[in-house]
Amino acid sequence: MVATRYKTAFQLYPYAKVPAQDAAPVRHPVVIVGGGPIGLTLALDLGQKGTPALVLDDHDGAGLGSKAICFAKRTLDIANRLGASQPMVDKGVVWNVGKVFHDDHKIFDFNLQPETGHRNPAFINLQQPYFEKYLVDAINAAQTQSAPIEIRGRNFVTALENHSTYSTLTVETPDGPYQLEADYLIACDGARSPIRDMMGLSFDGRVFEDNFLIADVHMKADFPTERWFWFEPPFKDSGQSALLHKQPDDIWRIDFQLGWDIDREKELDPARIRARVDAMLSSQAGHVPEYELEWTSIYTFQCRRMQKFRHGNVIFAGDSAHQVSPFGARGANSGVQDADNLAWKLDLVIKGLADDSLLDTYATEREHGADENILNSSRATDFMTPKSEVSKTFRNAVLELANKHEFARPMVNSGRLSVPCNYVGFDLFGEDALGGPEITRPGMTCTDAPLGEGFLLDHLGGGFTLLAIGTDALDIAAHGIHAKAITIATPCDTIAARYLGDAAQAVYLIRPDQHVVARWAAFDEDAVKAALGTAIGKA
Amino acid sequence: MLNLTPNLFDPDGFYNELIQAHEGLTKEQSDAFNARLLLTLANHIGDRTVLTAALEAAK
Repeated sequence: MVATRYKTAFQLYPYAKVPAQDAAPVRHPVVIVGGGPIGLTLALDLGQKGTPALVLDDHDGAGLGSKAICFAKRTLDIANRLGASQPMVDKGVVWNVGKVFHDDHKIFDFNLQPETGHRNPAFINLQQPYFEKYLVDAINAAQTQSAPIEIRGRNFVTALENHSTYSTLTVETPDGPYQLEADYLIACDGARSPIRDMMGLSFDGRVFEDNFLIADVHMKADFPTERWFWFEPPFKDSGQSALLHKQPDDIWRIDFQLGWDIDREKELDPARIRARVDAMLSSQAGHVPEYELEWTSIYTFQCRRMQKFRHGNVIFAGDSAHQVSPFGARGANSGVQDADNLAWKLDLVIKGLADDSLLDTYATEREHGADENILNSSRATDFMTPKSEVSKTFRNAVLELANKHEFARPMVNSGRLSVPCNYVGFDLFGEDALGGPEITRPGMTCTDAPLGEGFLLDHLGGGFTLLAIGTDALDIAAHGIHAKAITIATPCDTIAARYLGDAAQAVYLIRPDQHVVARWAAFDEDAVKAALGTAIGKA
Repeated sequence: MLNLTPNLFDPDGFYNELIQAHEGLTKEQSDAFNARLLLTLANHIGDRTVLTAALEAAK
């Protein structure tokens, strides 16, 4: 039996029996457990690079509920590289403006992306099931181009045996169990990761004593497309804070912070939820608009991570490895960066072009990313839920000052929204021989800029790239890796500002996840070859 | 002139350190700590005009 743990929003990969279920265990180079946003992104990336990826999921589609609704620019840039971003942006609700309220007055508003010259917006709101559906659509399209990706729905891993160089998995299906083997097993199986439990690994951190009620509400309302956040909201029974945010299909996400000692069942009573929502909406619209409750849920959260994301040939990515509070949109967005970081490294190791130790750098780089997210998310939560009397006094002092004085506004913390992680100073990065702009120094992600009819990031692709600006460079082959040269003879002002600074010309080596490896004032073949070696851990 | 525009490097880090400094203190101890902190900062600022403006801004 494969138990149904939740309802699905879309059936995306219906169960189909495969011959391997009646045969001796088949060995796969990569088995990904979990077909959520992280597992699917990883499978798509690997498959497009020609490395076979098998995804096992215990359901047959995307789980019901909007869940991770805020997708950041960095996630969209990654999805763009994988050819999956257009439907996301088309369907998603683009927002840049946020407003922060305290009680019944607005303290201030902010604009996330006043800077122009990027293909993707700072954020879109999109229900998670759509995000997963568009990834599966892109996987289906890649499969028709012979990308070696396979998704097996209703395949539930029930047992795991790790040998030194591979794992044996026992998989339950509607037709009974079978076994298969994986050279690398990637656990993208969520915060309650069964794989982590099977391996007896701990997941330590801080539990925040608070409950949040989510109500997704369907209504036609003409509230603006903005993020509205209240500290100590004035509407009845709304708790310590509240959030109103628009999603596609006329759905609005409303969050209420309920506190710790609540009767969960009672709070999920639709009549009680409606009373809360009525009070909030009428305080804004002057009356209670017509609406339906689409999906409701109560959640608590932790900020924690595994001590190590890699355990031999088993690697953890996404919520299985790290978990944060939702304030800041750092859950799915950081998990997609995990997949982005892991895919090219796994691809090179499986093709024999890099040593297995390259995968250790996935762990060090992404553990750093998780620490950054946990730090930001813990601080936001401490601000939103003061833990002591003095902490509340300071919090409210900040809110009161922010209402009158600009200086206090940067201290108001309703979640520091996810920005791309950088790896400045990490082992796989080379020299900054240009001394150009800070935002594009080695370790940073390439920032987008207009180029011709499109955008710069469109031209970088998913391999190593040598970007020559205002000068020339040649394709380089070294260590079995091919770095493709791209020349921008006469850069526009935006590219010059973001990549040249005071320099007249520059050459950038960029790795497949579009992080800058090294940069120079001129093309030097030997320097590029050395940096390529550094980038794959062969220096 | 009292600066009322953002001037603090790493505001989240400072805020966190400030709250941490109160960890384990009673209400009375926290109030006393705040008083000492305020007087220390006032001495650093020194300028009487600025301090008078700050007293006004915080009202």
